[in-house]
Amino acid sequence: MKTVEEIKAAIEAAVPGAAVEIVTNPSVSGQHSLRLAPECAVAVATFLRDDPEIALDYLSNVTGIDWPDKEITEKVKVARQVTKTVEDLEKEVDETVEETRKRLEPGCLEAVYHLYSVAKKHGPVVVRMRTIDRAEQVELPSLTPIWRSAEFQEREIFDLYGIVFTGHPDLRRLLMWEGFKDHPMRRDYREPDDFEYEPTAHDEVLKRATEHQAGTAAQTTAGGS
Amino acid sequence: MTEVAPQERDELKFKDSQVRESGSPPHGRGPARGEPGPGAPIHSGITAERPEGWNRPALIQPSGDGELLEVAMGPHHPSTHGVFRMDVALDGERVIRLRPVFGYLHRNHEKIAEGVSYLASMPYTDRLDYICPMTNNWAYALAVEKLTGQEVPERAEYLRVILGELTRFQNHASSIGFLIQEMGASGTPLMYAFREREKILDLFESLTGARMMVNYMRFGGCRVDASPAWLDETRKVVAGLPEFVDEFDRLLSSNEILMARTQGVGVLKADLAVNAGVTGPMLRASGVNYDIRKVDGYGIYNRINFRVPLGDHGDVYDRFMIRLLEMRESITILTQALKDIPAGPVMDPKAKLRGFRPKPGEAYGRIEAPKGELGFYLISDGGPNPYRYRIRPPSLINLTVLEDMCLGHDVADVVLIFGSVDIVLGEVDR
Repeated sequence: MKTVEEIKAAIEAAVPGAAVEIVTNPSVSGQHSLRLAPECAVAVATFLRDDPEIALDYLSNVTGIDWPDKEITEKVKVARQVTKTVEDLEKEVDETVEETRKRLEPGCLEAVYHLYSVAKKHGPVVVRMRTIDRAEQVELPSLTPIWRSAEFQEREIFDLYGIVFTGHPDLRRLLMWEGFKDHPMRRDYREPDDFEYEPTAHDEVLKRATEHQAGTAAQTTAGGS
Repeated sequence: MTEVAPQERDELKFKDSQVRESGSPPHGRGPARGEPGPGAPIHSGITAERPEGWNRPALIQPSGDGELLEVAMGPHHPSTHGVFRMDVALDGERVIRLRPVFGYLHRNHEKIAEGVSYLASMPYTDRLDYICPMTNNWAYALAVEKLTGQEVPERAEYLRVILGELTRFQNHASSIGFLIQEMGASGTPLMYAFREREKILDLFESLTGARMMVNYMRFGGCRVDASPAWLDETRKVVAGLPEFVDEFDRLLSSNEILMARTQGVGVLKADLAVNAGVTGPMLRASGVNYDIRKVDGYGIYNRINFRVPLGDHGDVYDRFMIRLLEMRESITILTQALKDIPAGPVMDPKAKLRGFRPKPGEAYGRIEAPKGELGFYLISDGGPNPYRYRIRPPSLINLTVLEDMCLGHDVADVVLIFGSVDIVLGEVDR
């Protein structure tokens, strides 16, 4: 079986303009993956399936991952000039100061595809795609037209993570019911207080539901989910 | 394969259902092939050129006279093996549209597993496919071992194979029993299967303490060792299994009603089966030689001699027959494993149960479960619980082609085709 580097080279030779990036996996499993730019994903996937050498005709597993916004605190060494008084003389001195900086790394949603070859009996080749963010631009191209096995699994990701697969023939919720609002597998998902979709008419429950919905609304504006 | 335009394809599918090969003797169909030689093609179904929409279910037009009827089969229906619904559009008796509806048993096992430690999910995997808890344990343990690089002692590998094959045997026996039950043979064949299953569950109980919720395997081995008495008892049970398979075979394989109702029904073509990710006995019934026990050779399967039964037609009868033949192969595997099982530890002495934190990284591990490829995809961020825990459920993905197989058939055949997929709702909905 070809290594990810060889597959990357083959893709770049066959699909002009394809942006492929190797994501190394530090685990002992050694299953490194290829990150595709969503624009070229369908062309690359078609190539991976139809190329006689690679022949990844069987898509085994499709899944989503949520990477929330991360606040990264890091200490940076900054060199700057400080005016100091040494022996009654003012001098400009170079000094290295440690500074704590905070930055917000924007999160994203990721779809992961595990591909195998039934004809050549090799695999897995792991392919991943990332959305731009978690709130508004959550679209990825659907690979269901290429591998039918993605049909239910992409519906499940749409249901539980909220990735919208463009080009999917039948994109509906799979496990949650129609009319359900949130995406339960996201890391910042808040469970309903009473586990009932429609609150019963008891005062206490209605009150809790109102509070909960207010909380969710506040979270939606803040977290953008 | 000759090329067919999509429209023609539909018509072929429809005609196929009208002409059943009823009454042809099972001998005329030829036995399922053994494993082909190294040079043989894997399957002839893969074609380079594919018409647009070849892997979508056909659009069947109603005949025009009479009105369409929409029927919700399920969620509470004896044939749906649990809570599952099929919304069927019927033109007379003929199915022209089918929509599976899931989620009645959904409890978001993946979310729960991401909130607890790695080991705490092990008992929960028993509840996925509750007919085959042992293979669920195995798949999860295998994925974690891939993630951490733990070694499994020899004896534990043999025990895993023995338990996995016992599981496969009882799963196939009960799945055939359910299939015949759905055909209308109330009780008898299912009770024959359950009689045998009970013997195997007794073995599980004496080894693990539970009949079904076994919670037996651990990362790097198995929880408890099997005593010599248990192994002797297992040998005794396994020695009795061929007789049961022969009896089942005699009773069912050449039964005229079974042949009339299953041959030519619910045909699944090889190229669609591969494209739709169908695995397990269903894929092999369509003639595709893909068994993960052979392909990956996980555990000690690469040391064991067994054959992979393959079907010719990809219909319900072939799926039934493949399961029957796989039961025979399971007995071969069990006999070899029970003969060769070495002495030694059943746990990796370096394995950590408490404070178990795999290094950051990810792994996808899979096994050939009785129902198909069962895989676990784990991402570790170095913490005590998985960052991402995903189950690849064979039951759910094998249902992708349910509509394709049912279109054009009578509504009574839907029950059979659905039964031949062999699903458990605990795994479909997770």
